[in-house]
Amino acid sequence: MKKIAIAAAALAVALPAGHAAAADYPTKPVSLTIAYSPGGATDFQARIVTMVAANKGLLGQPIVILNRPGAGGKVGWNHFASKASTDGYQMAAYNVPHFIAQSIKFKTKYNIDNLEPIANWGADPAVLVVNKNSKFNSVKDLAAWAKDNPGKVTVSGAGLFVGHHIAYLQIEKALGVKLRYVPHKGGAPALKSVLGGQVMAGVNNLSDSYRSRSSLKILGIADLQRDKQFLPDVPTFKEQGYDVDDSSVNFRGIMVRKGTPQAVIDKLAAIMPKMFANARVAKQMRNGGSPIRIMDRAAVQKMWKERQKFLTGLLKDL
Amino acid sequence: MEFLDHFGAVFTWSSMLILCAGTIGGLLLGATPGLSPTMAVALLIPFTFHMDPAQGLMLLGAAYTSTVAGGAVSAILLNIPGAPANIATALDGNIMARKGAGARALQICFISSAIGGVLGILVLIFLTPVLASWALKFGPSHLFWVAILGVTIIGTLDSKSVVKGLLAGCIGLWIAMIGSDSIQGVERFIFTEELEGGVHIIAALIGLFAIPQVIEMLEGGRKDPRRTVFEVRRANIWRSALETVSKVRALVIGGVVGTVIGLIPGAGGQIAGLVAYDQSRRFSRNSAKYGTGESEGVVAAESANNAMVGPSLVPLLTLSVPGSPTAAVLLGGLLIHGIFPGPDLFQKHAAVAFSFINSMLIGQILMLIFGLAIAGLAAKVIEVKPPILASAILVLAVFGSYSVQNSMADVAIMLVLGIGMYFLARYGFSPAPLVLGIILGPIAEHNYVQGRIIGEAQDGIAPYFLTGWLNILLIALVVLSLVYSIVSEIRVKRQERAAAAEAAS
Repeated sequence: MKKIAIAAAALAVALPAGHAAAADYPTKPVSLTIAYSPGGATDFQARIVTMVAANKGLLGQPIVILNRPGAGGKVGWNHFASKASTDGYQMAAYNVPHFIAQSIKFKTKYNIDNLEPIANWGADPAVLVVNKNSKFNSVKDLAAWAKDNPGKVTVSGAGLFVGHHIAYLQIEKALGVKLRYVPHKGGAPALKSVLGGQVMAGVNNLSDSYRSRSSLKILGIADLQRDKQFLPDVPTFKEQGYDVDDSSVNFRGIMVRKGTPQAVIDKLAAIMPKMFANARVAKQMRNGGSPIRIMDRAAVQKMWKERQKFLTGLLKDL
Repeated sequence: MEFLDHFGAVFTWSSMLILCAGTIGGLLLGATPGLSPTMAVALLIPFTFHMDPAQGLMLLGAAYTSTVAGGAVSAILLNIPGAPANIATALDGNIMARKGAGARALQICFISSAIGGVLGILVLIFLTPVLASWALKFGPSHLFWVAILGVTIIGTLDSKSVVKGLLAGCIGLWIAMIGSDSIQGVERFIFTEELEGGVHIIAALIGLFAIPQVIEMLEGGRKDPRRTVFEVRRANIWRSALETVSKVRALVIGGVVGTVIGLIPGAGGQIAGLVAYDQSRRFSRNSAKYGTGESEGVVAAESANNAMVGPSLVPLLTLSVPGSPTAAVLLGGLLIHGIFPGPDLFQKHAAVAFSFINSMLIGQILMLIFGLAIAGLAAKVIEVKPPILASAILVLAVFGSYSVQNSMADVAIMLVLGIGMYFLARYGFSPAPLVLGIILGPIAEHNYVQGRIIGEAQDGIAPYFLTGWLNILLIALVVLSLVYSIVSEIRVKRQERAAAAEAAS
């Protein structure tokens, strides 16, 4: 009897709190699922951009990082899209174009329609790199050699259907030649293969390539404009006359499940860009060589839709 | 000798305090099953946000060195390797503990860890520029042969017979195939959603080693609940030190194997201990005693897996290429403080870089001091009554396998594999070759597939895998290892037959 009374009392307390959830949200720590291992670039950046969440004027509650890696992100995102709560206390980080490409190519439980973007914190464009001792000095050299030797240019990248792979597909198409993609387990081993001379070229993150620039030649950026902060001298593919746009740029940001109350989404969408713009976050991100690109909810929604359309076309005959 | 100039920064009150905290914390984290060095370092990085760069890196350096050694504690006392690196330590270490020499085994383990660790860091300090480019030369074909070299020791590792060892290895290879393959993303043997991410090595490790023991203890415990299974004899530190130092051959093999394997990016320090253990047994005069509580086995395994720590950072510090998962996490720790590793690291950030390396050197010494201090006390763990100990191990096993990926699926996988292993163990199978199969399968497969793609673009697959001096050297080692196994197997059989004939006459 006593137990039931306590339970009833607890329920009575909990119910009104549930109704008023949006107004005083959040009243407890919020979790952020990362679909990759601890220490990877996404995990590393997520820990930085969420470190001031508990500050006054921001969320007022800490954000706890939960890593749920496996099968190239599929395990974490599948779990999130099917099991996460829709009360705003469980968020996840997205990687575009990775999760969109996967949702097109594989039978996944997630797609852009059952997830709600909140805000974007970073964008890391892909670059085409070759070893310092390579005979290629420009994209043109590489294209010319590949024309005479179809399928002989090996190009490393972080795996299938990640930004690197999308950039590779675009480059291959724009150059009008046959190359050979060598998928690796992550960006670091892919870059190692370029440095060690196991492959002739590589598509990799701008930030990682920038750090290894003394042993590399960076031939082009797969983005719409040059990177003024880190690599002002490296031209884009467009400048060199090849039709490669920013579709492969690796965007990172925060999302929640569809069905989360609109009031909670609006609140998060208002707070998160402010949190990413915090001075301490900006400084740590700069130190880490991680490019920041803050986008609000509307901009991310538009970007997701564009990518979905583009990737559906690109991956159709693959 | 430039590193000597930077020792000053390590010997300040605040730095020493951080180093001690990092070391003690690392030992505890390392001793907890499931918390591998990689995870321990990843968890500590946010704490360094607020420290100055040199001290933040000291904390990470000290934690890295001590978690590697800490993993040996649970391997020796409970037969649960804290991380894959400690599997070989458990083979003889746990038997020593069961015979009452737990304290001595721990002391020997910490002393040989420190010797191997210091050796590895010295290699890092003096040979980094020479070795960095060498380490990069290892491509898919070489890593494939390294993995095959590992496969050749599966049969002889801790099994009653070669056939059972190989069978267990095959089961391991099969378990490793479950999930999406790492290159094409093809799904294999996924019958339920829980298996989508494959079998995580830590979950498998905990299940295969811990659960059969838990079941056995509970069986025994019901029969006689008051029984204490193991006694713990006191051990003299100096005697243990003398014993460790007298195993020169095992120390040298452990140090060299650990250093070389640590340098190879992607080979994974996970197998350093096992390879060193196996080589040390082959060259030892009392190789028959391995697997029966021979301290030499502990010396070889532990000196190897700590010797690996320093060299595994060589490609990271000079070329900004992390050679191991832990190095990748450390890269994050360096970046957060604005330190970009690369050829100019030691010119541009000499103070920070050297205090990081020095802290690992001092960390080895602190690890030795604290390790020896707790050895006697920690060994008492196994005096606990079996039913209580079994429950505690079960709690740790569930907690450990859950914490790796925050996934209940891993807990279920851990329990299923563990229960399966309990029955296999009754038929003379051993978990070590099975785990080795799980570790080596993906390395061999991944590098074979990559090598094929690259080989096809070049002169063909066969020349890619079979030519070049490094390939030929590795193939020669594989052949040697196989021939040795066969010859020693024949010799053992002949001796058995002679003994049987003598007994009959």
